[in-house]
Amino acid sequence: MKTLRPITCRVDELISVDKFAVDEENAHIELACDSLSELDAVEFGKLIRVCPAGLYREDENGERAFDYAGCLECGTCRIACADTIVKKWNQPSAFCGVSYRFG
Amino acid sequence: MEERDFDVIVVGAGCAGAVAAYVAAKQGKTTLLIDRGEYAGAKNMTGGRMYAHALKKVIAKYEGEDFDWENDNPFERKITHERLCLLDPQSAVTFDHSSDNLRKPTSDSYSVLATTLDQWLCDKAEEAGAELIFGIPVEELVKDESGAIIGIRAGEDTFTCHAVILAEGQNALLAERSLGVPRTKDNQMAVGIKEVFELDSKTIEDRFLCPEGEGAAMLFVGDCTHGVVGGGFLYTNKTSISLGLVATIKELSESDTTIYQAFDDFKKHPAVAPIIRGAKMVEHSGHMVAEGGYNSIPETCYDGCLIAGDAANLCMNLGYQVRGLDFATATGQFAAEAVCAAIDAEDVSKAGLASYKVAMDSSFVTQDMRTFKDWPSTMEHWESMFTDYPKMLGEIFDCLFVVDGKPQEHLVKRLMPIIKKRGLFKTGKEIMKAVKSL
Repeated sequence: MKTLRPITCRVDELISVDKFAVDEENAHIELACDSLSELDAVEFGKLIRVCPAGLYREDENGERAFDYAGCLECGTCRIACADTIVKKWNQPSAFCGVSYRFG
Repeated sequence: MEERDFDVIVVGAGCAGAVAAYVAAKQGKTTLLIDRGEYAGAKNMTGGRMYAHALKKVIAKYEGEDFDWENDNPFERKITHERLCLLDPQSAVTFDHSSDNLRKPTSDSYSVLATTLDQWLCDKAEEAGAELIFGIPVEELVKDESGAIIGIRAGEDTFTCHAVILAEGQNALLAERSLGVPRTKDNQMAVGIKEVFELDSKTIEDRFLCPEGEGAAMLFVGDCTHGVVGGGFLYTNKTSISLGLVATIKELSESDTTIYQAFDDFKKHPAVAPIIRGAKMVEHSGHMVAEGGYNSIPETCYDGCLIAGDAANLCMNLGYQVRGLDFATATGQFAAEAVCAAIDAEDVSKAGLASYKVAMDSSFVTQDMRTFKDWPSTMEHWESMFTDYPKMLGEIFDCLFVVDGKPQEHLVKRLMPIIKKRGLFKTGKEIMKAVKSL
């Protein structure tokens, strides 16, 4: 795995234009352990690279973050890591998640 | 046959599913179309362009040859300009092709937005008599004791039917969990990222040199993905532009960039930035795209169930031509017709539904997928296509157009070093191999 070039894009601002109904009760994606720092570095690195909503992150101090709110429901993280650190991937519950207005 | 809640249940109201529900309802079958989005297309995203041949055929068959396409269609713009752009950090070589053949009613194509397209198709299905349910994710396909599919479960509710048409899209959870379809591998699947930019009609036509109402499609290869297998795409809609990137998941996951940073860099490239200058970004979306071609199509036929559209990895990316919606449309139609015939014959077993495969195999669906079956692996192992070739073209065209006042050598003397430094033989061999698989 190559070292990431600097990330200057503020992906939060990009997904903020989308319409979401977040299911606060139920996370539709769960990782192999709650403590993100214990997850395999290579596998977590894959998720950082492939998620088009930038939901998997690591700051310059190595501090990791993941939030299922803002998920675009593409399933890419499932294809990348369902055999390793993405433990659960279900569709969000009824009337929840992203609603595209253009698509 | 046993009493069921519906004759046919279609899971997923995208292009394949909505067409399937439309056809089944037209054939007089009680049909349920269920989708997890709160309205048609809410969970859907396309590049997007539709080659219209398949939709025109199914509509002509069930609405009549004289269907009023002029006043009743889901299209944004007729695509009459095709552009290919080879992008390098320092250069961009663009080919722009326009032709009367692109306008012909037998070979026309249109830019589309998924929500508009799916709403139009769902309206047709509803008018034909299908029942539509939105906002509810199907969690499981219900089986009888023999393992045949006899319905669906969504939350507390179970609906039974004679046959299910599974058109759940590219992230095919039900196919994997209820039918045992192997999960598509990360080297056979790409992730797409797209944004929609609002721009008025006249500005779009001016920027793309298009006559009123017509539009352009554009594909980018090279620096847009920073060398990862993939590319950029652009489609002009009525009053917006769809701009995006696609990158193979495996390569991207090992690369030096995130998909959104690559997209951000792409949007800032001098060859791209002017296209969206002054336009307001109104949607940011993500979606997967199957890139494995013919060899990644799963088994599509089961006892009581058929798989159609993206869920069957029916997508073809040749670099100069990207197709999926016409495959979805045709397989939606074929699946519904096979299911209706099987119900009439009172045999919805895998054997009873086998006419689906016959229809696929005798049409462009299987035939085109098979013709280009070697292209995905050629592309996967052809790194220079995404890095060095765009640079080489940039250098070649610089030879033609850059004048600095120093005495020039003959063109061939200026060109040969550019090709020689890459190895004349190697370059020729690579290009021949690619040409053969295209």
